[in-house]
Amino acid sequence: MTESTEIRKVEPLTRKDMFSTYLRSTFMLGSFNFERMQAIGFCVTMIPAIKRFYHKKEDQAAALKRHLEFFNTTPWPASAIFGVTAAMEQKKAAGADIDEAAITNVKVGLMGPLAGIGDPIYWGTARPILAALGASLALSGSILGPLLFFFGINIIRMLTRWYGFKLGYRQGTDIVQDVAGNRLKKLTQMASVLGLFVMGSLVSKWTTIKMPLVLVSYKQAGHVISTSLQNIMDSLLPGMVALLMTFACMWLLKRNVNAIWIIFGMFVVGILGYWAGIFGL
Amino acid sequence: MNAMQFILVILVSLVCGMASVMDERQFHRPIVACTLVGLVLGDLQTGIILGGNLELIALGWMNVGAAMAPDAALASTISSIIVIVGHQSIGEGIAIAVPLAAAGQVLTIFVRTIAVFFQHQADHFAAQANFRGIEWCHIGALFLQGLRVAIPTGAVAAIAGTSIVNQWLNAIPPVITHGLQVSGGFIVVVGYAMVINMMKARSLMPFFFIGFTLATFVTGINLVGLGILGACAAVVYVQLNPDFHDSIKAPAAVTSAGTEDDDVLG
Repeated sequence: MTESTEIRKVEPLTRKDMFSTYLRSTFMLGSFNFERMQAIGFCVTMIPAIKRFYHKKEDQAAALKRHLEFFNTTPWPASAIFGVTAAMEQKKAAGADIDEAAITNVKVGLMGPLAGIGDPIYWGTARPILAALGASLALSGSILGPLLFFFGINIIRMLTRWYGFKLGYRQGTDIVQDVAGNRLKKLTQMASVLGLFVMGSLVSKWTTIKMPLVLVSYKQAGHVISTSLQNIMDSLLPGMVALLMTFACMWLLKRNVNAIWIIFGMFVVGILGYWAGIFGL
Repeated sequence: MNAMQFILVILVSLVCGMASVMDERQFHRPIVACTLVGLVLGDLQTGIILGGNLELIALGWMNVGAAMAPDAALASTISSIIVIVGHQSIGEGIAIAVPLAAAGQVLTIFVRTIAVFFQHQADHFAAQANFRGIEWCHIGALFLQGLRVAIPTGAVAAIAGTSIVNQWLNAIPPVITHGLQVSGGFIVVVGYAMVINMMKARSLMPFFFIGFTLATFVTGINLVGLGILGACAAVVYVQLNPDFHDSIKAPAAVTSAGTEDDDVLG
C-alpha cells in the first residue's frame, strides 16, 4: 500500500495542463448564478489540476466539491487565485497537512483584496480608456477604433490570465503577501489616478450640452445683442453643467439607484428641456 | 436581409450574449458587437459609428461584485439592426438601445436565477466525480445566456425593415426624438459616474479635476495627450507619496516571515 504513506510523489502540472487551465479560465463566468456566483466556473477551471493530482475517485469528488463553493471576484486576475489553489492542491495531494478549510480560506481570503485591485485596474482604467480611445476613432467610422479596443483589451486580458496563473502557481501562498504588499498597491493607485484623470477629461470633452435659451436681449447701435444661458455658463466654467450632472449621478448611484433609471431620468430631462427650449441640438 | 445574413446575425448575437455574462473577450461591448452586426449586414461603416456612440454611453457599465451592468449585448445587436435594416438615424438607435439594455438586464437576471438549477446539478456530478457532467452544467448555463440575446435579436431581425415597424418608428413625434438626441449628449456622464464611484478614491479626486480643467481649457489636446499627462501624474504621485516610502523596509521583514510555507498554511 504505497498510496497510504504520508509523503506521496505528485507530479506537477504539465505545460499542457496549464494551457487547459488557462483555456477553461477564460469561460469562468459562463454559469454565473445568484446562489454561488462563479462557483461552477472555478470548479471547471480546476479540473485539469484535480485530474493531475488526485487519482482516487473519492479524492477527486472531494476536490470537486470544495471548488463548487461560493466564489466571486474580478475575473481576469482570478487566474492568480487558480494558481495558488493549484499549488495548495498539489501539496495536499502529496500528503502535506492542509485541510479543506485552509484551501477555502485562502480562496476566500484572496477574493476580496484581488477584486479591490482588479476592479480599478481593469474595469476602472484599462477598459474605459481603451474604449474611449476606440470610440473616438469609431465615431468617424474608422475600423481602427473597434480593432484598437478589441486587440488592446484582449492582449491585456490574456497576459493577466496566463502570467497570473503561473505566478500564483509558482509562489503558492506566498502571494498572499504580494497582494497585501506595496507593489500591487502602487499599481492600483497609479491606475486610479490615471482613470480619474481621464474620466475628468471625458466629462469635459465628450459631453454635448447646448443651452440656447436667450435670457437677455437688447439693441445696441442697431445690433441685437443677446445673452443665452450657454454664454453665461461658458463664462463661468465651460462644461460646468456636465460636471454637475456627473456629481448628481454619483450621488444617486451611491444611494443604490439603478443606473438604468438614472439614464431614463436623463431622457426625461432631455425631452422636457428640449420641449421647454432650455436645451437645443 | 437574406437568409444567410439572418443566420449570421443569430450567430453574432449568440456570441455577444455569451460574452455578456463572461465579460471575457468583450464581444458584448457595443464597439465590437455593433461593428460585427454591421459587418454581417453589409454596412460596416454604420455599425462602427453606432458602436462608437453606444460605447461612450456604456463606458462605465460594469459588473462589480454582485451588481450587474445594464446589458450592452442586447442593446447593441438590436439597435444595430434597427438602424441598418430599418434605416433609422444614429440618434434613434441610441434612444432605442437604452430601454433594450434595461430589458437585457432583466433577462440576464432571469437566466442567472435559472443557473442555480445547474449549480445543484453540478453538486450531484461532483459527488460522483463526474468531470464531464460538471462541464456540461457550465456549458448549458452559458448557452442559455447566448440564447437570451439570440432569440430576441432574431425576432427583431425577422420583422425589422417591414413597413409596419418603419411606420411605427416614424410616428414618434419629433419633440421626443430630438429630446432623446439632446440627452444622448450628456447621458454618458452616468457611465463616468459609475467608474468614479467604483474607484472609491476620494483622496485622488484632485486628479479628476485636473483632467477636467486641462481638457476644458487646453484647446487642441486629444485623448492620447491627456492619457500621457494622466500617466505621468500617476507615476509622479506614487513616487512622491510618503505612504510608499515608510514601508520600503517592509518587504525584508515579510520574506523572512514567509519562508516556511507550511507555517503559513498551518
